[in-house]
Amino acid sequence: MSAASSHAPDSVREIRQLIARHKRWDYIFVTIGLVCLMVGVIAFTALFLSMLIQGAPRLSLDFFTSFPSRKAEMAGILSAWVGSVLVMLVTALAAVPLGVAAGVYLEEYAPKNWVTDIIEINVTNLAGVPSIIYGLLALGVFVYGLDLGRSILSAGLTLALLILPVVIVATREAIRAIPVGIREGAYALGATKWQTTRDHILPYSSAGILTGIIIGLARAIGETAPIITIGALTFIAFLPPAPLTTQPPFNRQRFPDPIFLTKAPSSWRQGSVSLTTRAVPVSPM
Amino acid sequence: MRDPISSISVTYDSESHAAALAASGLRRGHASRLKERAIEFTLFLAALSSVLTTIAIVVILVEESYQFFRQVPLSGFLFGTEWTPLFAEPKYGILPLLTGTLVSSGIALLVAVPMGTIIAIYLSEFASFRARESAKPFLELLAGIPTVVYGYFALLFVTPILQRIIPGLSGFNLLSAGLVMGIMIIPYVSSICEDAMRAVPMAMREGSYAMGATRLQTALRVVTPAATSGIAAAYTLGISRAVGETMVLAIAAGNQPNFTANPLEPAQTITAYIVSVSLGDLPHGGVGYRTIFAAGLTLFIVTLFFNLIGHAMRRKFREAY
Repeated sequence: MSAASSHAPDSVREIRQLIARHKRWDYIFVTIGLVCLMVGVIAFTALFLSMLIQGAPRLSLDFFTSFPSRKAEMAGILSAWVGSVLVMLVTALAAVPLGVAAGVYLEEYAPKNWVTDIIEINVTNLAGVPSIIYGLLALGVFVYGLDLGRSILSAGLTLALLILPVVIVATREAIRAIPVGIREGAYALGATKWQTTRDHILPYSSAGILTGIIIGLARAIGETAPIITIGALTFIAFLPPAPLTTQPPFNRQRFPDPIFLTKAPSSWRQGSVSLTTRAVPVSPM
Repeated sequence: MRDPISSISVTYDSESHAAALAASGLRRGHASRLKERAIEFTLFLAALSSVLTTIAIVVILVEESYQFFRQVPLSGFLFGTEWTPLFAEPKYGILPLLTGTLVSSGIALLVAVPMGTIIAIYLSEFASFRARESAKPFLELLAGIPTVVYGYFALLFVTPILQRIIPGLSGFNLLSAGLVMGIMIIPYVSSICEDAMRAVPMAMREGSYAMGATRLQTALRVVTPAATSGIAAAYTLGISRAVGETMVLAIAAGNQPNFTANPLEPAQTITAYIVSVSLGDLPHGGVGYRTIFAAGLTLFIVTLFFNLIGHAMRRKFREAY
């Protein structure tokens, strides 16, 4: 004790220096953290600006109302966006009821047993399966197995399976956020489980479920690999004869790249008819 | 809402009315129990559809791969160094595709793991509420961009810049594809890491501050070790994401099955091979057609392995606190 007090001025200075040194590391780390964040922000800005600069001059009404063409000045994305819209319709019609129903079952109905465990583990793992595997699944099941061909229906169902885990997880999270009191209130009035679910659980969780559906559809509309795998035609200069038929009379009709609707610049789309053939050369085959 | 209550109070004093109500209620009860059962079963079938999807994936991949391996020996597939399945003299060695996948995923992880971790530590331990709220939308936007767009970004924006730095760089290469893929995975890694760090109880940080530790010391020596399993889960899921990524590599990496570990050369990954075959016009049922299922099965096994580990670790950190 006495030894410590005799060195007091010294050790206080040392401790102050120590603290200052460690505080300096704090600042250094904050700088590094900000730099890393900036890399993400800059990458996003660069991506967005390069799209905007190259793409904006090409965006015109004609671009959306003309078919792809080998001549750049005449080319448009009519068949692409019509195809995207139709595929999204099929996807939404298939994935939303199935996903919401599965989510409701897992949250409200499922007993605690091994079947439920398997379903839960399965949903988490499905979410991690690479999208191209869904393409192979669709190639085997929809295109050849069920003989749906390379149709809008095949593409839509493929993407529906792909976003099913997203919808299920979003539904479950939205339902989990509902206080137990609401369920108990409904049961106390004599409501059955389904009445409770239909009249209370679903309306209360609808906002969260809708968010999940939108995120899922946004992912589906940007998904490319599985669509290519089920046998993409990358150059289509006609529209499906009957846009609202769900059976595939318009076989071999599909959309090239759904993305371009929302995010890719027009010029990249323009390039992609030729670029995909260049970027994915036939040489190794 | 008022109706049932008032009717109950009315029927309370007229006994016969109450009996009639009870009887009709019972009849309705029987019918509605059946209906309840039917609804529960329908919902169960919907939940089961996800299991059916997995089973269908496994059946399709295994069946077609089985047909493939009846014609191609397994050893040649696993250890062959040439992948020329569509040549006149086909060779089916998966190694070139595996090295392509490994190198590109490696580059992506070299970008995504340190940056994702640092961003997560910064956001969870250092950033003010406002900084966090303004940074997160950008990360979410990065995560929401379709991968095709990243592919053309790598090919048309990043590669030309890299070519200025590294002269003689091929127009298609693993480096730019891997770097862009890394940026793509950053939000994924950082959000899971951040979740894990946020789950560490405040009391542990307070204890550390009380001992005189600085923020960085607390972050690195208290929070990070406590969140290890969650951070490891983020890395494993990031690996699986990188291995399964398709479009960036199909567009920017060149699609040449090169048996090389040099990231400056063009190469092909398992996923890009599947895409390039699908873009051609292969007859259904041939060996060439089955190669994509054999390649797909390899990919599925690799990603499933990482996913299972990742989710198991993620569950562990959720249980810990």
